[in-house]
Amino acid sequence: MNKKIRERWKDAIERNRKSGGYLLKKTVSRKTYQILRAILLFGLCFLILQPLLNKISVSFMKENDLYDPTIIVVPRNFTTENYRLVSHLISFWKALANSIGISTMASVIQVAFCTIVGYGFARFKFPLKRFWFACVLLVIIVPPQTIMSSLYLNFRFFDIFGIFKLMLGHSLNLQNSVIPYILLCMTGMGLKSGLYIFLIRQYFRGIPKELEEAAYVDGCGNFSTFLKIMLPDATPILTSCFLFAFVWQWTDSYYSKMFVGNITLLSNRLTAITSLLTDYLQVINGTGSKPSIAYGQMMISTGMIMAIIPLLLIYIVAQKGFVESLSQSGLKM
Amino acid sequence: MAGKKHKDLQAKKAVTGYLFILPFIIGFLAFMIVPLIESLRMSFSNVVVGAGNGGFVMKYIGIANYVKAFTVDPDFNRWLTEELTRMAIQVPTTLVVSFFMALLLNQSFKGRGLVRAIFFLPVILSSGVLVGLEYNNSLLAGMQDYIQKNTQSTNITAVLEEILSNSGFGHRFLEGVFSIVNNVYNVVIASGIQIIIFLSGLQTISKSMYEAAIIEGCTAWESFWKITLPMVSSVILVNVIYTIIDFFMKTDSRIMNKITETMISKMDYGFSSAMAWSYFVAVILIIGVFSAITSRWVYYYE
Repeated sequence: MNKKIRERWKDAIERNRKSGGYLLKKTVSRKTYQILRAILLFGLCFLILQPLLNKISVSFMKENDLYDPTIIVVPRNFTTENYRLVSHLISFWKALANSIGISTMASVIQVAFCTIVGYGFARFKFPLKRFWFACVLLVIIVPPQTIMSSLYLNFRFFDIFGIFKLMLGHSLNLQNSVIPYILLCMTGMGLKSGLYIFLIRQYFRGIPKELEEAAYVDGCGNFSTFLKIMLPDATPILTSCFLFAFVWQWTDSYYSKMFVGNITLLSNRLTAITSLLTDYLQVINGTGSKPSIAYGQMMISTGMIMAIIPLLLIYIVAQKGFVESLSQSGLKM
Repeated sequence: MAGKKHKDLQAKKAVTGYLFILPFIIGFLAFMIVPLIESLRMSFSNVVVGAGNGGFVMKYIGIANYVKAFTVDPDFNRWLTEELTRMAIQVPTTLVVSFFMALLLNQSFKGRGLVRAIFFLPVILSSGVLVGLEYNNSLLAGMQDYIQKNTQSTNITAVLEEILSNSGFGHRFLEGVFSIVNNVYNVVIASGIQIIIFLSGLQTISKSMYEAAIIEGCTAWESFWKITLPMVSSVILVNVIYTIIDFFMKTDSRIMNKITETMISKMDYGFSSAMAWSYFVAVILIIGVFSAITSRWVYYYE
């Protein structure tokens, strides 16, 4: 064994001598670069993960652990009390069920319709195509707040050309129902729908045209070609768009505050956690008692962990395909 | 005859194309154009809800809402300028950092999949309400600082900072460095999607180009400037626009929150529309300027 290593060294030195010192220089610089890169990447990964880990450790602490400077990571008084309290405060299981329901519904509808629209943009020639695509870009750019007040009022007093007013005598109040959500998602106006249309279009453009032409020659119609040939090819990008849509819907407070403020969702419960905690303490300890800031933050950390866990699970399952599809979609402008 | 048939096929295709994008057209007209125009009108008027037959009435009052936003309201002006200056720093840093990261992640090394997975984690972790909560969490950080000061335990970075700033050279410069270092987390967290976009751009560059360059005697440094950068320049343009939009639409943006608050709790639709429109116009202007600058040196291969 020892002999072998010695021989290899000898060989390397010999080759180095022949190359006039070039080999050694090259190897050293490559190794240095690799080590530096590893350190940098490790540091950045730690930077990203650290707040998450910190939250996890805080969520298992008792309140007096927070004030103890000797405790940094590992809690001295390990407790799962925080989780129990938070899940009571935000009525976790109900909120979880609602969040799953709404996010799944919204993202499925959104991705389905965005795929149709994206395919239309990628594969058909029609007059004013550039104009309509510019409109997609406009949808991406306009801050939702700009049209929010008008949307809000329109759904509050919903009417299509006065039909409902004729029939019912008053306009419909679609506030606090999921219908506005569905309508917006179906028409490509949901949360960040413009982005999905854009991404899906780019992906479809990258699929070779010959595939489709072969299908047409074999007698496939437009829609069956779309369903049978193109859709299966696009599964990677559809998965990533679904993941995006799901996650962003899950953490969204803007649309949910506007349309379904009365439904218990994880996102809107999470933002209200401090006031919920105050109410809770006042019920127990009488009026005037307030949680300390640190305690409130601890509850928020716990709540965040609880809200993130489902997302993390999905991400771990889907991340491989997700990362690969996005980096291979080959965006071309 | 054949020409006519060809035309028919084209017309048919055009109709099918329109069928495919029909949902978008409906949505765009109903939920974008109409509200856009309406909110523009609202911004010039006083909106009264529930008046008369259960609807809302707009009364034209000219530019009073805008005057209120820019001269009367104590926060709007200040926050808008603050936001713009923060953007001017953050957008270029995010772009540079994410491009650099994408270059690293595009190389092959052990555990690349894991590193990539961690780098795209912020796409999930820094979305929606989570950002807002993270922002509030600075309170906790402040408290930890306080504890640390009072108990005289040492903190390596703080000590380093103190030594460096007492060393008497380039105080200003060092301050700039510290602020960048303190900002690293925000930048890294904000650059998930940008890394993905850059990575996809990098992967479209064919390997044969680099091989040719190496044979011609190009160093890695040269081939970066002469091949990589021009080839991804169109992606840079996309990313510039995306980063700006992303920055302005973050949920923890104080202006966005103010607009929402004014609308939902104070029911002042006219005023909130006026603020939203001023914000929108500012965003559009900045995107226009940035993309005009960038698109001057975008290089299109093909």
